[in-house]
Amino acid sequence: MTLDARSSGALRGAAAARLVYRKPDVLVDRATHYCPGCGHGVIHRLLAEVLTDLDLPAHTIAVAPVGCAVFIYDYLDVDFVEAPHGRAPAVATGIRRLRPEAFVLTYQGDGDLAAIGTAEIVHAAARGERITAIFVNNGIYGMTGGQMAPTTLLGQRTTSSPSGRDAGLMGYPIRITEMLAQLPGVTYAARGSVADAGSIGRLKAMIARACRVQIEGGGFAIVEVLSNCPVGWGMTPQESLEHLKGPVVEAYPLGVIVDRSAPSTARPAAAAPTKPEA
Amino acid sequence: METGRRARVLMKGNEAIAEAAIQAGCDAYFGYPITPQAELLEWMARRMPELGRVFVQAESELGAINMALGAAATGARVMVSSSSPGISLMAEAMSYMAGSGTPVVLVNVMRAGPGLGGIGPSQSDYFQATKGHGHGDYRVPVLAPDSIGEAMDLMATAFELAERYRTPVMLVADGILGQAMEPVELRFRTPERQAFDWALTGAAGRPARIIKSIDLDPEVLERRNLALQHKYREIARHETRWEGWRLGDAEFAIVAYGTAARVARSAIARARDNGMKVGLFRPITLWPFPERELARMSRQLHGILTVELSSGQMIEDVRLAVEGRCPVAFHGRMGGLVPTPDEVLGALKALRGRVERTRAASGHSPAAHDRGTPSTNGAGLDAGARPGGRG
Amino acid sequence: MERSVVFAGFGGQGLLFTGQVLARAAIRDGLEVFWIPSYGPEMRGGTASCTVIVGDEPIGSPVVDEFDAAVVMNLPSLRKFAPLVAPGGLVIVNSSLLGDLGCGRSDVDEMRLPCTELAAQGGDDKLVSVVALGALVAHLGWVTRESIDSALREMAGRKRPEVVDADLGAFAAGLQAGAVGQAA
Repeated sequence: MTLDARSSGALRGAAAARLVYRKPDVLVDRATHYCPGCGHGVIHRLLAEVLTDLDLPAHTIAVAPVGCAVFIYDYLDVDFVEAPHGRAPAVATGIRRLRPEAFVLTYQGDGDLAAIGTAEIVHAAARGERITAIFVNNGIYGMTGGQMAPTTLLGQRTTSSPSGRDAGLMGYPIRITEMLAQLPGVTYAARGSVADAGSIGRLKAMIARACRVQIEGGGFAIVEVLSNCPVGWGMTPQESLEHLKGPVVEAYPLGVIVDRSAPSTARPAAAAPTKPEA
Repeated sequence: METGRRARVLMKGNEAIAEAAIQAGCDAYFGYPITPQAELLEWMARRMPELGRVFVQAESELGAINMALGAAATGARVMVSSSSPGISLMAEAMSYMAGSGTPVVLVNVMRAGPGLGGIGPSQSDYFQATKGHGHGDYRVPVLAPDSIGEAMDLMATAFELAERYRTPVMLVADGILGQAMEPVELRFRTPERQAFDWALTGAAGRPARIIKSIDLDPEVLERRNLALQHKYREIARHETRWEGWRLGDAEFAIVAYGTAARVARSAIARARDNGMKVGLFRPITLWPFPERELARMSRQLHGILTVELSSGQMIEDVRLAVEGRCPVAFHGRMGGLVPTPDEVLGALKALRGRVERTRAASGHSPAAHDRGTPSTNGAGLDAGARPGGRG
Repeated sequence: MERSVVFAGFGGQGLLFTGQVLARAAIRDGLEVFWIPSYGPEMRGGTASCTVIVGDEPIGSPVVDEFDAAVVMNLPSLRKFAPLVAPGGLVIVNSSLLGDLGCGRSDVDEMRLPCTELAAQGGDDKLVSVVALGALVAHLGWVTRESIDSALREMAGRKRPEVVDADLGAFAAGLQAGAVGQAA
């Protein structure tokens, strides 16, 4: 089909053959293992585009999470190490310290980053590790079958909150990116979404900014991506995107949460907590 | 006063281990404070930055070991240290490192467990070190020095084994080895650097590399695991280490490692003064356990006494190796206590007494055991020689 | 042959330091030696002790059945360690703190030493353990006086050069008192 289209284009003349999109080489051409409508594919593509735009693939050492996205190394053709569940920021710290010249990237889901790996992400951020963290928040444990995550919305039904998340019993959703943004070690923190084309465009700019922060020698940079899990949410892909644009974005406001890379708001050394006397 | 020896200096175990690691070329250290190994972390905190190398005090042992995993994935020479409860936290990553072939050296200055336990000298983590830590079908070479000098030598060995076999390697000591000072020769060894075809350095000019342990296809995973088992057989074949002392004419042997082996030496010297023919069989690698060597030795022995700072853990490997060729008795202390040489001597005499009585009762000549007849009295001996209530 | 001594008292009395001085002197004399402290919360509780084992062959057991000598600088140490000294062994009691109290044993040599006063003669009344070390060396002669001097210069000189003379003075005072005590 592709060949035919190109041939017919050629018949209409060279001037009409305009390249509108080219898949970055770093994005591996293979069938996806993600479910239909899943946001991970979009996020992988954005990452591939940004890495390519910034000429980073050959310098990248990335850390894969536990969860659906453990297989990210099947799609992004860069060096990868697999971290135990939640530990990607610690693994990335080890890489960072040994390879100052490398571009270090982590990719984690919400169970990984905001539950089991809370200590690791908080302390990597507190140390101001020069790492770019992609945090995919779809409000659910997808790979294990749709259980409640720390980010699951109040009232949301999951396989482990079958009557809906009850704050009295199960606590409240965590806005962990806002929490991290409090730390002076965090240079950039933002939240985007894959809900529609406009959101995806803005998300790409955020990811690019978070990568540039690292290249420019800034501290910790994180982009939270609100994503969907149609299967885990029990919705069609279209319904899941509507849900994402509605209650999810309401609970997790979009935008740049902190940007200390701008000269006027450069990270002040004095903002760091002083060492308490022992 | 001329002694004719190389210059010796007094060094504390924890610090000597740290410096030996540095001299062995350790590029990065990650740790978290815990007694009785805090001096090791403190030594690294001072020395590593001096040398332009990496030191990070992590937020937890989980953080430390996973930083080590990431650092080792880049091909660096990496170490962590901790003590028992911290090693339990590191167990998760050890499984990942074993599964993905990430070489990291761990030092466990063991304390007395279970739980928070106590900080006294103990060998209560033998099972953890040799049989377990994390999940899955894997092994980790475990080195067990009995002196500060040997601990220093073995640090270089630990890095060598880790890199040669792409595996985590653990060195176990106890609070005494960590806290004590002994004269040591400042004689260090730096294992040669190898070019790793797996290290993550950024995929410039080569295909991307992946360090992972997951394989959802059972057949692929089984092949991966078979390759691991092949590696473990190679390690067992080439890297088993042990030391014998006064075993030549021995009728009895003490099997002990680490600090317990030192107590055993003193007890053996006294037993020899009392006319008992006793020697020491000291495993230096706890895994691979020197089972063939001990099996061979057991053919000449009338009885074996296993001495441990635990309720009796290594004794299970001793029994598996001896296969009933001679009785295997036990003496140990727990909770941070160390048996004294006289206590061990008492246990040796009790073992000899029981062996003699059993033989007299059954009319067996000593040669009966040389034919490898399985002994049925081993269990009874153990029961009689379990840790007493002294102290 | 192995010989062992325990130095015990309050934290701050210099017991661990003094044990290390003995250990370094032993190395200088070509001997084998093992130094092991009490460690952990026990130290923070105010008592400190270390054991030094000296021998001609590599040291075997790091724990001993009996001590050949004990230096006890306070009451808990007297109670704990004096009974653990082998018959015929030596107990050095810091009479500056313990007054007339002793170990109450007739089968050991008990040396009562006003460590504070003797240390003051040497120039610093805090160096009580170094005094006791002097008496120990005078009485038992495990290591040479020269090696202790050298170890003191090396160890004290490294951190607090200003107290080296006082350390040497305290050691000399203990040595002299120990020699007298032996003659008596």
